[in-house]
Amino acid sequence: MNEAATYDLERKTRVQKIVRMVFLYTMLTLFAIFVLIPFYWMILSSLKTPEQIESVPPALWLRFSEMQFSNYYEAVFSVDSQPFLRYMYNTVIVAALSTAGTVITTVLSAFAFARLNFRFKELFFLLLIMTMMIPGEMFVITNFITVNQLGWVRPDQTYWDALMAMSIPFMTSIFYIFFLRQTFKTIPDELYYAAKVDGTKDFKYLWKVMIPIARPTIITITILNAMGTWNAYIWPQLVTSTRHGRLYHYQLVSNGLRNAFSAEFQPQIHLQMAAAFMVTLPILIVFFLLKKHIMRGVSRSGIKG
Amino acid sequence: MLEQKHNIKAWIYLLPALVLLVVFTFYPIVNAFILVFMEGYRYIDGTWTGWTLTGNIRYVLNSQLFWDAMRNTLVIVFVSVPISVIISLFIAVWLNSIKRLQGTFQTIFFLPYVTNSIAIGMAFAVIFNRDFGLFNLILGLFSIDPINWVGTGASWGRAMTALMVFIVWNGLAFKIIVFLSGLQSIDKQYYDAARIDSASKRRVFLKITVPLLSPMIAFITITSFIGAFKEYTAVVGMFGENLNPGGGGRNMMITIVGLVYESLGQVYPGATSEAAAAAIILFFMTLLLTLFNMYISKKRVHY
Repeated sequence: MNEAATYDLERKTRVQKIVRMVFLYTMLTLFAIFVLIPFYWMILSSLKTPEQIESVPPALWLRFSEMQFSNYYEAVFSVDSQPFLRYMYNTVIVAALSTAGTVITTVLSAFAFARLNFRFKELFFLLLIMTMMIPGEMFVITNFITVNQLGWVRPDQTYWDALMAMSIPFMTSIFYIFFLRQTFKTIPDELYYAAKVDGTKDFKYLWKVMIPIARPTIITITILNAMGTWNAYIWPQLVTSTRHGRLYHYQLVSNGLRNAFSAEFQPQIHLQMAAAFMVTLPILIVFFLLKKHIMRGVSRSGIKG
Repeated sequence: MLEQKHNIKAWIYLLPALVLLVVFTFYPIVNAFILVFMEGYRYIDGTWTGWTLTGNIRYVLNSQLFWDAMRNTLVIVFVSVPISVIISLFIAVWLNSIKRLQGTFQTIFFLPYVTNSIAIGMAFAVIFNRDFGLFNLILGLFSIDPINWVGTGASWGRAMTALMVFIVWNGLAFKIIVFLSGLQSIDKQYYDAARIDSASKRRVFLKITVPLLSPMIAFITITSFIGAFKEYTAVVGMFGENLNPGGGGRNMMITIVGLVYESLGQVYPGATSEAAAAAIILFFMTLLLTLFNMYISKKRVHY
């Protein structure tokens, strides 16, 4: 091949490369816009007046002076909003209870599976794996009966009853047990033997060695579990339902959000969107603060399969 | 001595989780299969009037609501899952072949995973509003007249289309991040070898990327199918508790899981058994699909 031809070929591939890069970045940018639009529209609508919401065509942006920040005040304190702060408070309490429970039960059982030998270990492990394949709706039916029969869902339900009903069924997770067991398994056996020779008790070894090493995984579990409570809708709706004349200020944020400002023919969209953004924002903040832990946990859960 | 069996000690460590699992997971699975054979069961006092072999299942299969739920669920499963798997595969491949801004794009694409389905569903309902929604505004650029997607009186097809856009949007994040981590674990040697042979991009994609990623594609497809079979919260987010466009009326967009909760909320005798019947039908559908998927993967997936 002569020099000119080589030069031509190089130039051609360079042009090809540039075209390709332009294509890639264009597609990815378009897709990023598609992903961001709902967030943008939510924030935009939350800052409009009712008249601006209904104007056709809709305004695509607002000047700073036009933004109705008072919508947020109204969404929190107006009569129709129901006790929004109360829902937030309930959610934080339920998230704390169920997450504390989940972390304790999963750490203990993951330790047993990763470190101890016992009879029926393989069998029990297999049983857990099989259970993971069963849709949660199978459990919900009986759990609903159970919490009713435990007296947690009576017409005169107390706050404590509601908290129990919303948190106790979620105080363990087979998936997190597996997740944590995987991390515990990576800790070299030699550490355990050395500790044993020194006369360290199992529990102390778990507390002083395994938990500190597995801290990132435990943090991931904590975040994912707490986010799960924040987004929980169905179960709280079921066990604190208003259908049988029960009070609804025991509910969680997602329930409060769906029921607020949604009157069929007069939905107050500007307030609805303000409430929606207030529910969205805390998770986004947690996500940006703890991005690594969350994304690691999620991509791991994929590889596991 | 170090590897002795710790029978009692191990079960003490397992005890807290075990108690919760027995009460809230294992027993409920068994009980669902008992409830489905009970006649006139009332959850309020736990009484029932008799036994029936197929009564509850037959009741559910004969109700119009079940078939509405079935139709909606199957459409969600077989339309939204293939679309989102294919889109996320392409996005992941594109994302993997850039260097600058990769992290930024990755973070943006992950956002749908960490949002509240109710909140975003409500935002989508505003976007799809007939008069002042963004979607019709965009369609208007192509001189398409405003369409009633999610308002009162919207047709099933339109409401379903809008719901599908939301569900696909909602499901992409997880798939992209799993595919991306799969792509990053593919040995670079394969691509180097392909470059030496000057294979085309398309060929590299079909002959290297897809086969090596196939375990992950199979995994994502199975889990997404199961997830789509259980779709419910997204429908509530977009259409409200009544599962109907405009928020009034009843249950046009109901899903199988929606049917389970609909029955569970009823107090008449036997309602709980109908919920159990619907849940068991759901269980067998997902089981069948999983087995079918495993059978296909065994033949086609390259490990």
